Amino acid sequence: MWDTVEFAVGSLAVIGGTLGGLLGVAARYLAVEADELESEIQALLPGSNCAQCGFVGCSQYAAALAKGEAPVTLCAPGGRATAEGLGKRLGVKADLSGHDEVGPQVAYVNEELCIGCLRCAQECSTDAIVGANKQVHTVIADVCHACAKCFKVCPTEAIEMRPIPATIGAWHWSKPVVGQSQH
Amino acid sequence: MSIVVDKSGPFTHAPTSVQHTMTLVLAALVPATLFDAWLFGWPAIFLFVFTVGACMGIEAFCLKIQNRPLTSLGDGSAALTGWLLAMSLPPWTPWWVAFVGAVFAICLAKHLFGGLGQNVFNPAMVGRVAVLVSFPVQMTAFVLPHHLFGAGSPGIAESLAIFAHGFDIDSISAASALGFVKTELSRGVAASASAAKVPGLSDMLLGLRPGSFGETSAVLVLLGGLFLMAKRIISWHIPVAVLGTLFLFGTVFSALDPARFTSGLFQVTSGASFLGAFFIATDYVTSPVSKKGQLIYGCGIGALTWVIRTFAGYPEGMAFAVLLLNALTPIIDQYTRPRAFGRTRKGEPLPLLKGDK
Amino acid sequence: MKLFPIRGGIHPDYRKEATSEKPIVALPLPRLLYIPVQQHMGAPARVAVEIGAQVKKGQLLALGQGAVSAAVHAPTSGKIVAIGSITAPHPSGLPQLTITLETDGKDEWAELPEAIADPFALPAQKIKERVAASGIVGLGGATFPSAVKLGLGGQYKLEILLLNGAECEPYLTCDDRVMREYADEVIDGARIMAHSLGTAKIVIAIEENKPQALAIMTKAAESLANVEVTGVPVQYPMGAERHLTQAVTGRETPARKLTADVGVVVHNVGTARAVHHAVRFGRPLLSRIVTVSGGAIVEPKNVEVPLGTKVSELIAFCGGLTKEAKRFVNGGPMMGQPLPSLDVPVVKGTSGILALTAAETNEHATQPCIRCGTCVTICPCGLVPVEMAAFIRHDKLDKASELGLMDCVSCGSCSYICPSNIPLVHFFNYAKGALNAADRDRRKQEQTKALVEARTARLERAAEAKRQAALAAAAARKAQSQSSDANKANA
Repeated sequence: MWDTVEFAVGSLAVIGGTLGGLLGVAARYLAVEADELESEIQALLPGSNCAQCGFVGCSQYAAALAKGEAPVTLCAPGGRATAEGLGKRLGVKADLSGHDEVGPQVAYVNEELCIGCLRCAQECSTDAIVGANKQVHTVIADVCHACAKCFKVCPTEAIEMRPIPATIGAWHWSKPVVGQSQH
Repeated sequence: MSIVVDKSGPFTHAPTSVQHTMTLVLAALVPATLFDAWLFGWPAIFLFVFTVGACMGIEAFCLKIQNRPLTSLGDGSAALTGWLLAMSLPPWTPWWVAFVGAVFAICLAKHLFGGLGQNVFNPAMVGRVAVLVSFPVQMTAFVLPHHLFGAGSPGIAESLAIFAHGFDIDSISAASALGFVKTELSRGVAASASAAKVPGLSDMLLGLRPGSFGETSAVLVLLGGLFLMAKRIISWHIPVAVLGTLFLFGTVFSALDPARFTSGLFQVTSGASFLGAFFIATDYVTSPVSKKGQLIYGCGIGALTWVIRTFAGYPEGMAFAVLLLNALTPIIDQYTRPRAFGRTRKGEPLPLLKGDK
Repeated sequence: MKLFPIRGGIHPDYRKEATSEKPIVALPLPRLLYIPVQQHMGAPARVAVEIGAQVKKGQLLALGQGAVSAAVHAPTSGKIVAIGSITAPHPSGLPQLTITLETDGKDEWAELPEAIADPFALPAQKIKERVAASGIVGLGGATFPSAVKLGLGGQYKLEILLLNGAECEPYLTCDDRVMREYADEVIDGARIMAHSLGTAKIVIAIEENKPQALAIMTKAAESLANVEVTGVPVQYPMGAERHLTQAVTGRETPARKLTADVGVVVHNVGTARAVHHAVRFGRPLLSRIVTVSGGAIVEPKNVEVPLGTKVSELIAFCGGLTKEAKRFVNGGPMMGQPLPSLDVPVVKGTSGILALTAAETNEHATQPCIRCGTCVTICPCGLVPVEMAAFIRHDKLDKASELGLMDCVSCGSCSYICPSNIPLVHFFNYAKGALNAADRDRRKQEQTKALVEARTARLERAAEAKRQAALAAAAARKAQSQSSDANKANA
């Protein structure tokens, strides 16, 4: 009987040790390079360095994400699509509940206040503002992704961030609420 | 005038509902139940009422502790589980066996998995198997019929005693047909010889022989099953697959070796074949959703039942077979999805025929 | 004619008795008409009139924009009093650009394009142009611009023009009445469309629950060798174009392709009638037949309604509402859209206005799914609603999409039959919309990224050019100072 116990304990210990060792080796040699992950994440971000996430630029946010130090929902201009894409890549669930409160936005130049100084046009990360010196500027709405850099530099506060109006084409049914009976 | 738009269409609905379905299934079971109540007398009636009541009570308790509305009791699923569990117990089983079965069925097999619609295994069968394994003596203690108002039938007081403590097994119990054949086989008597000694076909069909509550009257169960098929509650696929496979295996193998294997007809008419085929295997939640999947499922149950009855230690194999196939239901579902309109079986769009620009 | 079975489907009560025997009546001209510039699939039309303009009946109000669009015309004569936002007959309740016309009661026609005596002598292109200029769209409810569909003869080898007289939705009888009362117009329009498409054969499919329409249309097509009228089994959704094509020809349209890919083009009988008016008489699409029905309507009717009429006026014409209306639906009860308000206009796609009582809608609280599998059995598209809805409920939309969600036509059969009253089609509509929105977001993201990179490249190029210019200027200054030194030295 003693032999049986020794044999059982011994064989399980050997199996456990072998598998544990294999896992350790895999963790070291098959791990995804931190650098690789960071550049992959950076590719998912808009790249306009608008700093709305609280980091100086997109690469800094990407670095924090790669280390797992930042939530995936900080990029406002990126919107739901970016948060979901980041969540998928990093394997975390993106809590998108706050996202719809702000909603997608677009910059708008108030033509009464614009003095034509061109500062916003130069600052715009996607070249969405057209204008010339001393001429009223305007934002091409389809190109604007609401990084808000123009908003910050306008000397006369002529730029405001407006919510994109809902259109019938963009509308869709909301998720049905089926109460406690469903799981 | 402002209208609240809270749901999309359609804005009409068929007159079907879960309650309606459950009610029809219960109604289909009534003839067989009444007959068996008459056949086995008061102890059986007490057992039946108690089992159904226990299941509903345990369901209410489970709903309460999950803070779910108690109105869900009204959907009839707990009553149906209790009914089927009662029908799969030997008719003079004491109450505590039924209670343990009910706990396993409702609490373990149903609510621990998430409640109505979420269970993987058939609750009634889980309950039955749990008590079969735990109390093998009580669960194989069948009796000869003791008609309700006939001589030899226990009166109410005696029935209550039987219900409370069980009966004197050695003196009164009688083997079910399957049990008899199996024990005889183990004693060396050929299956063909012992099969001849069990009640004749008409008795088996009509139910005038020992067995568990629901095993006895095959004809009444069949009538109930046909009623359900007519009402479109169940389709023919599972019953035909189960019984057909049982019959096939029985016929083929008894032709090869009649001493060892019983005939197809014997397989189909004995034990819980009809009850299992029409009421237990056809349980919505635990069976596949597509018709092709249901055929595979039914064949699997029939085959496994035959194997267990013939080769395994237990005389009746339907409950185990159902549970094993329940485990396979998700994978059957995955591989038997219907072909989508406009696509091949693999999911690619159909190829265009030649001759188009 | 040999017919083929279609998969699944349901058999709801017809509920057409309230209006099937009532001839079409014309709505008296309302005082105000609200005509949206988008009553069709595709790009909205561009407004071509100004506020204050006097218009005549049939005059162009808005021009179609781009390849898939349709024109909009004045349903009667009057004055344009507003061009602005009015609530659209869309479940979102959002507004859309709408032209408000104050009618003058005179109903004077504008100068119309010439009446064509022999359309069969014209090339197909001319017919397509006339249909486009008349603003005709699919009147079965899909509102696809008909001119675009009529042009398919150039790209596909077409054999059959299939006229859809199935009208499988409960309550609706507008197509039934059009076939009974205007059979000759429908058939003439069909022949014109077939000529434009280049199809040799015309098949008119009518569900068997319309025996009078079948008889009348058969009689009207008697003398025409290439026109066949056939009854089809009463089965919802027999009127869906792919399923009707399969029932009549046995051909299954491959996923993501058109019925034209199997040689069939499907048009509604009302659309055929509109083509007849447009080609023979030059009249654009100005009105349509609407079935007003449901238990909460006092006098259900089939009404010929000028486009832009307010739904509330239409209901008032039908005796108004009883107290019990629970749901207001634009279209049939299965695939119709809920109305956000009764102050919305009737548009080209409004085949029916239903005011349904609670008994008719038969709504109950949702219960857990019991995996009965009925939804799988009856899905006409061979999908697995139970699985897709479970994934959507747990926010795994991509998994639902893999199971074939985008093949779903939202016919509603699964929701209709579900014993647990699970809003299956609502889940699918939500998921389809969410996936489309996510697609749009992703495309916007890619576009943004490309723009940011383009800007970065532009700035780099500008900086580089500046550097080069500075170097060149420095080199030039150096060369100049050297040569002036040399000059000085030489002097």
